[in-house]
Amino acid sequence: MNFSLSKEHEMLRELYRSFTVQEVKPLAEEIDEEERFPVETVEKLARYGFMGIPFPKELGGSGAGNLAYAMAVEELSKACGTTGVIVSAHTSLCAAPIYEFGTEAQKLKYLPPLAKGEKIGAFGLTEANAGTDASAQQTKAVLQGDHYVLNGSKIFITNAGHADTYIVMAMTDKAAGTRGISAFIVERGFPGFSIGKKEKKMGIRGSSTCELIFENCIVPKENLLGKEGQGFKIAMKTLDGGRIGIAAQALGIAQGAIDETVKYVKERKQFNRPISAFQNTQFELAGMQTKVDAARLLVYRAATLKEAGASYATEAAMAKLYASEVAMEVTTKAVQLHGGYGYTREYGIERMMRDAKITEIYEGTSEVQKMVISSAMLK
Amino acid sequence: MEIQNYSDVMVFVEQREGHVQKVSLELISKGREIADELGARLKAAVLTAGLTHPVHSLIELGCDEVILVEHPILEPYTTEPYTKALTEVIRAHKPEIVLFGATTIGRDLAPRVSSRLDTGLTADCTKLEVDLESRNLLMTRPAFGGNIMATIICPNHRPQMSTVRPGVMQMAEPVIGRIGVCRNFEIAFSPEDQHVEVLEVVKASKKKVNIEDATILISGGRGIGSPEAFPILESLADKLGGTVSASRAAVDAGWIDRNHQVGQTGKTVRPDLYIACGISGAIQHLAGMEESEFIVAINKDEGAPIFDAADLSIVGDVHKIIPELIRILPELGNRNAQ
Amino acid sequence: MKIIVCMKQVPDTNEVKLDPVTGTLIRDGIPSIINHDDKAGLEAALCLKDQFGAHVTVLTMGPPQADKALREALAMGADRAILLTDRRFAGADTWATSLTLASAIRKMDYDLIIAGRQAIDGDTAQVGPQIAEKLSIPQVSYVEDLEVEAGQASIIVKRIFEEGYHRIRVKFPCLITTLAEMNTPRYMSVGGIMAAYNEKQVETWTLDQLDMNPDHAGLKGSPTKVRKSFTKAPKAPGKKFNTEPDAAARLILDALKERFIVE
Repeated sequence: MNFSLSKEHEMLRELYRSFTVQEVKPLAEEIDEEERFPVETVEKLARYGFMGIPFPKELGGSGAGNLAYAMAVEELSKACGTTGVIVSAHTSLCAAPIYEFGTEAQKLKYLPPLAKGEKIGAFGLTEANAGTDASAQQTKAVLQGDHYVLNGSKIFITNAGHADTYIVMAMTDKAAGTRGISAFIVERGFPGFSIGKKEKKMGIRGSSTCELIFENCIVPKENLLGKEGQGFKIAMKTLDGGRIGIAAQALGIAQGAIDETVKYVKERKQFNRPISAFQNTQFELAGMQTKVDAARLLVYRAATLKEAGASYATEAAMAKLYASEVAMEVTTKAVQLHGGYGYTREYGIERMMRDAKITEIYEGTSEVQKMVISSAMLK
Repeated sequence: MEIQNYSDVMVFVEQREGHVQKVSLELISKGREIADELGARLKAAVLTAGLTHPVHSLIELGCDEVILVEHPILEPYTTEPYTKALTEVIRAHKPEIVLFGATTIGRDLAPRVSSRLDTGLTADCTKLEVDLESRNLLMTRPAFGGNIMATIICPNHRPQMSTVRPGVMQMAEPVIGRIGVCRNFEIAFSPEDQHVEVLEVVKASKKKVNIEDATILISGGRGIGSPEAFPILESLADKLGGTVSASRAAVDAGWIDRNHQVGQTGKTVRPDLYIACGISGAIQHLAGMEESEFIVAINKDEGAPIFDAADLSIVGDVHKIIPELIRILPELGNRNAQ
Repeated sequence: MKIIVCMKQVPDTNEVKLDPVTGTLIRDGIPSIINHDDKAGLEAALCLKDQFGAHVTVLTMGPPQADKALREALAMGADRAILLTDRRFAGADTWATSLTLASAIRKMDYDLIIAGRQAIDGDTAQVGPQIAEKLSIPQVSYVEDLEVEAGQASIIVKRIFEEGYHRIRVKFPCLITTLAEMNTPRYMSVGGIMAAYNEKQVETWTLDQLDMNPDHAGLKGSPTKVRKSFTKAPKAPGKKFNTEPDAAARLILDALKERFIVE
């Protein structure tokens, strides 16, 4: 069992870190305040190959694998949870299902622009009445000759306002239950497809979270992803992979919070000494870092298993479950250790706490993760 | 290279458009000291297209001999004609030591000359001493990015060459009426000696706008009282070749623009010199500047926390101290000799 | 167009700390980086590759761990990387270093050699010009900007001085030294890093492969030698003064005189 990173991974981490410090960190506060999607950062991420990290070079990717991808999301999230989720949702929830389930024609058409970051991806499963109960799909798709007609809507879709390519789930055969759901590749310009209201959120406020509205939306037959009725399975497998990205995001947020706190407690003086001299501070930090290290190992394990082609769904669920809980706990303590300053928006630490919360909810709530894990145990 | 055949100290006297650079006068003064210790003579090598500076003043500062190479090809400065000329002068005179100012010219010329002569060169010396037993020059300079000092010797090669930055050595008092000689040195230049073509000569001052790149920052806080105080800080910054920055309080008060803000929500800076004027030293500010190499803090409030981070703390009024500092600043000297 | 970029891997001297107890440098754990002036030179070369399809070789003389700096250059887009490494190169001053690098360069074809103005550990700014002398080619140092002329046989550079700059034309082959202010170097790309380790390689050359007098390499070949090195006096706790403005100004001026060479 090798716990050290290869030379490539170490150099990748250095790239991720310098990029994050110089390009991402300076904008983090502003995009949160203004609820602004960082278009300029995404262009730079694209230029340096961050938008297609695990995909092969022949398809426009960087050919670096899943561990390298998870590490990228982690490092970006240390400074900005929003930037981390933009990359994660784009890569795991849109590009990945096309790579894993697409026909050669679909892969050749859609993957290179996504992997090169020329186009941004999103994933539309959740509906007003279908959250944790994802199978309760009400969006319908009816085959009419050479195209499907989609009607319905999706909510809480990450990257929606800025994406070009969307993986959308819709019911093609209501009687068949989950086996009646199909997946489609929908392009922004398709007639009858529009973006609806943008959500105002507690955290990751720069992330574009919107409704998708389908009113007799025309989707060419060739854009069916996989077979009819395979959509639910595709969605679930896609979320398995997406969990690694979100776990990495939570991990990054947690570590970022610890790093800021360590700096702060060395500088802040009360009772004539830096507060890092107090045992309470020391013990809290020790506990926080230990949990984050444990989360890191779970995330890296899941990513490595996926990269090796082994089964990884349970491990990914564990990583997401644990990392998100740790992120919430660690960021809350981090605010506490900052005292009054931690509650002000002048310090980025309150933003990290607000950003952390969503990681326990999206791409499968913590409760769903527990369902996945226990069901594997009790098979 | 027989070491005993080399004697005397030589200073490369740098001139630009006929004006002798102050650093060369400082080196003549130091060269004179070294020559005296060695019981040797001091020579000045002047390469020029036409000197406006009087030669006799170089003698009055301590030169026994001024070697003058005069030719139009020597203005403006380009590497090869200067290298060719100086190398010939050195080969003819065989000095044991040659000193250069570490300027944008000196740092281009000295390495080329030392390589042509296959001898040693030590850059940016802050101290020059003589070891009388060996007649070796002991050249002390900062190393490892300035974190340590090293004393270098060039025991088996001559001349021992050294560059010294402007302002490091002191200019001596001239001895009026001192006797010395000035000799023309002919170099047979040809157009083939010019390896580059100077298309344009532009005089411009470099303006530093980015506080993160500045090596010197004069920073103003709420304690300077009003926006009208910033011009005084700018004036000081100008004279020192630095930039003005500010604390969040001054920025929030609208006295200066956010680009200049140092601190938690501003920029992190680590200049060589940070002068904090009327800045209390709140933790958000310290986080942005405490890595500065040398921190001077001026504040009316004796208990201001900034004093805990400063190397030199002055309890006093910025409005009185800064103008006074500007007044006595010329003692640090400027580049061209008067 | 063939470009050789001379690059040095240096400890990040801005991150060096003094041990507060012993007063000595803590050398462990200091990150190694590509020297800033050299990286700017590499970026300039890569821009010429983008524009003209130039071939970019990076060359470093250093210990085996300098491999990492060369990989970084490959990950940024360099085509070929050569590491000159040999115990016999150790302790070289700038004369021996420049001779060694020149000997390696002589084995290659080139139009333009780019070196950084100075390294942040040695700070001498000597190696670039000394290489040019050994190769008998023209040099222009302190280059802040460059453009290739039509015909790709010469360049026009902006050579800065303290009080302004010159625009200079110089024909290939030539050597320039570059300033960090010249540009903002690109990042490595994710794909570039994978290529640097899996598709490209770092060639290793030793003294035996160079056509030079072995006695001229390393400490043995160096005309200058370190007689001693020592740390500067540690940063004393700050002093506080409450005094008249003119005395206060004088205190500040004295501190500036003592510590700073104001350009």
